[in-house]
Amino acid sequence: MLIGKSLPRVDAYDKATGRTKYTDDLCGKDALIVKIMHAEITHGFVKSIDTSEAEKIPGVVKVVTCFDVPDLPFPTAGHPWSTDPSHQDIADRHLLTKHVRLYGDDIAAVIAEDEVSAMRGVRALKAEYEELPFVLDAREAMKEGAPVIHEEFPDNVLKHTSIRKGNYEEAIKEPGLVKVEGWYDTPTVQHCHIENHICYAYEENGRIVVVSSTQIPHIVRRVCGQALGVEWGKIRVIKPYIGGGFGNKQDVLYEPLCAYLTTQVGGRCVKIDNTREETFNNTRVRHAILSHIISWVRPDGTFAARKVEMFSNQGAYASHGHSIVAKGMGAFPQLYPCENVEADSYTVYTNRQTAGAMRSYGMAQAGFGVESHTDDICRKMGFDPIAFRKQNLMPVGYVDAFSKNELYADTFNQVMEKGMAYIDYERKRKEYANQTGDIRRGIGMAVLWYNTAVWPISLETAGCRMVLNQDGSVQVQVGDTEIGQGADTAFSQMTAETLGISFEKVHVVSCQDTDITPFGTGAYASRQTYVAGMAIRDCAEQLKEKILRKAYEYTRMQPYLCDIIDDNIVRVTDGRVLMSLASLAEHSVYDLDRSNHLTMEVTTQTKSNAYSFGCCFAEVEVDIPMCKVKLLNIINVHDCGRLINPALAEAQVHGGMSMGIGYALSEKMLYDPKSGRLLNNNLLDYKLSTFMDHPHLEAQFVENPEPTSAYGTKALGEPPVVPVAPAIRNAVLMATGVAFDELPMNPHNLFRRFREEGLI
Amino acid sequence: MYDIKALYEAISPEDAVSLLTEHPEAIIIAGGSDVLIKIREGRLAGKELVSIYGLDELRGVTKEEDGTIRIGSLTSFSHIHRDPIVKKHIAVLSEAVNMVGSPQVRAIGTIGGNTCNGVTSADSASTLCALDAIVEILGPDGKRTVPLTEFYAGPGRVHLKHNEIQTAILIPKESYTGYKGCYIKYGMRNAMEIATTGCSVNVKLSQDKKTIRDIRIGYGVAAPVPIRARNAEEEIRGCSVCPETIEQCGEAVLKDVTPRDSWRAAKDFRLHLCSTLAKRALTEAIKRAGGEI
Repeated sequence: MLIGKSLPRVDAYDKATGRTKYTDDLCGKDALIVKIMHAEITHGFVKSIDTSEAEKIPGVVKVVTCFDVPDLPFPTAGHPWSTDPSHQDIADRHLLTKHVRLYGDDIAAVIAEDEVSAMRGVRALKAEYEELPFVLDAREAMKEGAPVIHEEFPDNVLKHTSIRKGNYEEAIKEPGLVKVEGWYDTPTVQHCHIENHICYAYEENGRIVVVSSTQIPHIVRRVCGQALGVEWGKIRVIKPYIGGGFGNKQDVLYEPLCAYLTTQVGGRCVKIDNTREETFNNTRVRHAILSHIISWVRPDGTFAARKVEMFSNQGAYASHGHSIVAKGMGAFPQLYPCENVEADSYTVYTNRQTAGAMRSYGMAQAGFGVESHTDDICRKMGFDPIAFRKQNLMPVGYVDAFSKNELYADTFNQVMEKGMAYIDYERKRKEYANQTGDIRRGIGMAVLWYNTAVWPISLETAGCRMVLNQDGSVQVQVGDTEIGQGADTAFSQMTAETLGISFEKVHVVSCQDTDITPFGTGAYASRQTYVAGMAIRDCAEQLKEKILRKAYEYTRMQPYLCDIIDDNIVRVTDGRVLMSLASLAEHSVYDLDRSNHLTMEVTTQTKSNAYSFGCCFAEVEVDIPMCKVKLLNIINVHDCGRLINPALAEAQVHGGMSMGIGYALSEKMLYDPKSGRLLNNNLLDYKLSTFMDHPHLEAQFVENPEPTSAYGTKALGEPPVVPVAPAIRNAVLMATGVAFDELPMNPHNLFRRFREEGLI
Repeated sequence: MYDIKALYEAISPEDAVSLLTEHPEAIIIAGGSDVLIKIREGRLAGKELVSIYGLDELRGVTKEEDGTIRIGSLTSFSHIHRDPIVKKHIAVLSEAVNMVGSPQVRAIGTIGGNTCNGVTSADSASTLCALDAIVEILGPDGKRTVPLTEFYAGPGRVHLKHNEIQTAILIPKESYTGYKGCYIKYGMRNAMEIATTGCSVNVKLSQDKKTIRDIRIGYGVAAPVPIRARNAEEEIRGCSVCPETIEQCGEAVLKDVTPRDSWRAAKDFRLHLCSTLAKRALTEAIKRAGGEI
């Protein structure tokens, strides 16, 4: 049994010894270097760019401006393409833009022999602008007369969708209801993966090769084709190991520009290596979402009616667009089912950084709103937060009509009980009631809801290829990518398990190359073990069948009498080892009569989805005069089905918790209200939390195998982020009596609120 | 890849002075943790550099015959943090320099650079001010000294002529004998941080530990340059060791500090911090000096 074992990562030794090659390690030293000119206004038009001084600088090879690039608008979201035009992502970008929509928008590129010349070239460019007013706030952007960011969207609303259930207006007339209302705001934050986005491109035999740090190589190929107006087959995208993505690289970033620029210098290799500042300014961020929630609650603690409005700040370009807030809104009527619901969500263009996918895809924002609101209800009405949740959370057997997702087990009670036991919830809640003084402690919690994968909103398809080597080992290729989360190791365990071979006999081809790798849309939506798992199981079972049929030629035993167990062909009727798989593989290839290369390739479509659940408990100490929250204890408990590799699962949870802690306490992108410029585009001023800011991160699991999943798994990559910020917020509320409805709970915010509440 | 026009490596402090005289546009580089960042940002791109980093004679901590502690300007933060002389006599400085940035920055960054770049947020500066530190400078005409508080000329500027280099920081014996101190760096996170405000307090208590015989309070980011809270010092000197004195100190420092509004922190928040940090640092310094509060 290899599923459920904490086997070492297949890439551990190379990564730990620095041997693993990332994009920049692979790029030839003779590559030309591209530096991008970023606009110095927040909104307006480029009237002209004077390139004459830049072109005189030694080492500068070519300057390309927004007036030179093809007029082919393209989308960038890492979504599967839709053949239905009404379902396609909005194509609102150009390789370089004349219409500047955010401070630092890309308006020209300098290609040079080296970085210093390229930088000098950029500094020597002179742009003239026609400036327009800008808007940074989503609700301001919706107002009449606000600056229009895209002509096709005169009210700046990219999309508005609604959910209506029962009759909200009638339901609120019921006598005796208590109205609880809150506005919950989340900031724009950034992924901060270690490796900035980097790519390089060159031409080979009339085709363009792009090597990129991406989560989605096959999607990058399609978008490069669309952006350049080149047949998709003429683009080849290669994805080596990457230093993290967290959703930022689930978007097409600088690959199309890089692919275009190589064609402008005769196919010579050109490299775009983003600085950290560019990663903040010019790649993607998490949507700032403001949630307005109203609950009408009966004295017995049940809901009569609920309403939510969500305003999602899209920033300058569509990227993943409305999908983010739509996912968040979708959770609202499901997590706490209620007969009468009104939900509306708006995705609004502004002149901020472009928001795209980021670990949790709208759920960190929605989770903060919904779970902060849950504790607000409990506080106002005197309910116990755990008892209230047990009373109102989605019941066992709940089925969502759209996704057909079902809550099969008593998961919520199981995860909450584990969390309570670890953190000693009941005792501490009593102990921390009614504190006074400068330093106070509190304990809080929140639950989470998460869908696995994107079906039925989008296509779910995965390819898998397996090749049996002459020594009985197997090469596995999938289009779904290793991005640091350990996918290659999980895929190896799955392959070994189904084929009946040992873990060491599986060789995952980690690198995706669109010329070679079977089609797969990449790493996102916490779907790898679910969707790629289906393809791996499918492929391995078919390959096994093929192997057993071949074995018949040597053993004369019918395939149905045999199986592969521990690298041998075994007659299952009596357990006799007939021959080793290695011997069969060798004979099969070199057979003078009937040579067979035993391989299998499948396309497996997934038409199901699965609920993933969990919770977080946090204990804090608040130093009121110092305006600081210290996190003392924290635990996440998840039910992500069966664990493939418990150690890797735990590591996933640690990473998500860390991201949640930063979201709760310190991270926020700050804007200069006068210029619209992003102020803290670096890791000094952007307060990513460090491990000095973390207590021990406890990760525990409840394993209820998912019945729809090939290996019993479901989402775990993103969910750990979701409940952390509301759990900490609810703990601070308990400690101080002060509700923080705006993240992050950093010292600035604490100072302001404690002053308002008269605590300092 | 850094845009550097030329790099001249000095072989002695005197050679550094003559290289700077020969190259009137050149910038001094020591550990580089500030200069290289400015080159990368383009602010100092394409400049000539005079490196003094190889001058080991400017490195290390020694105690001179008269008890003065001499800290060579090129001594790194991690060295100062671990140095036995510093730990024994001016433990508060060991504490302060250990809060600079990250382990990597502390290994490369120098105390001379930290004071010569003239920024108000320098972690060593408020503590050095509170220790009455003296700066030793070498120029074409030889050595001169100046109190650190008078070394600052304005934000990012110090009284150092183009062809002068700082060679040491000196802490006179009377500045540390009998004193205990505490530095509190206030930041938004516990590492990799620039101070929102920093406060360093030194106290000397009476024999019976009931009276504050002397107090020196240094601040970073409470004014355009690191400062001393002279009014508060005067007010608290001679006061008894009690909670009322702590409260009084928290109020008194507000007469000395002049923080400004910036996107990194609002003025009212910084004022609140100046007061809170003074109270906390004074309380801790008194405890370290053997007093009870």
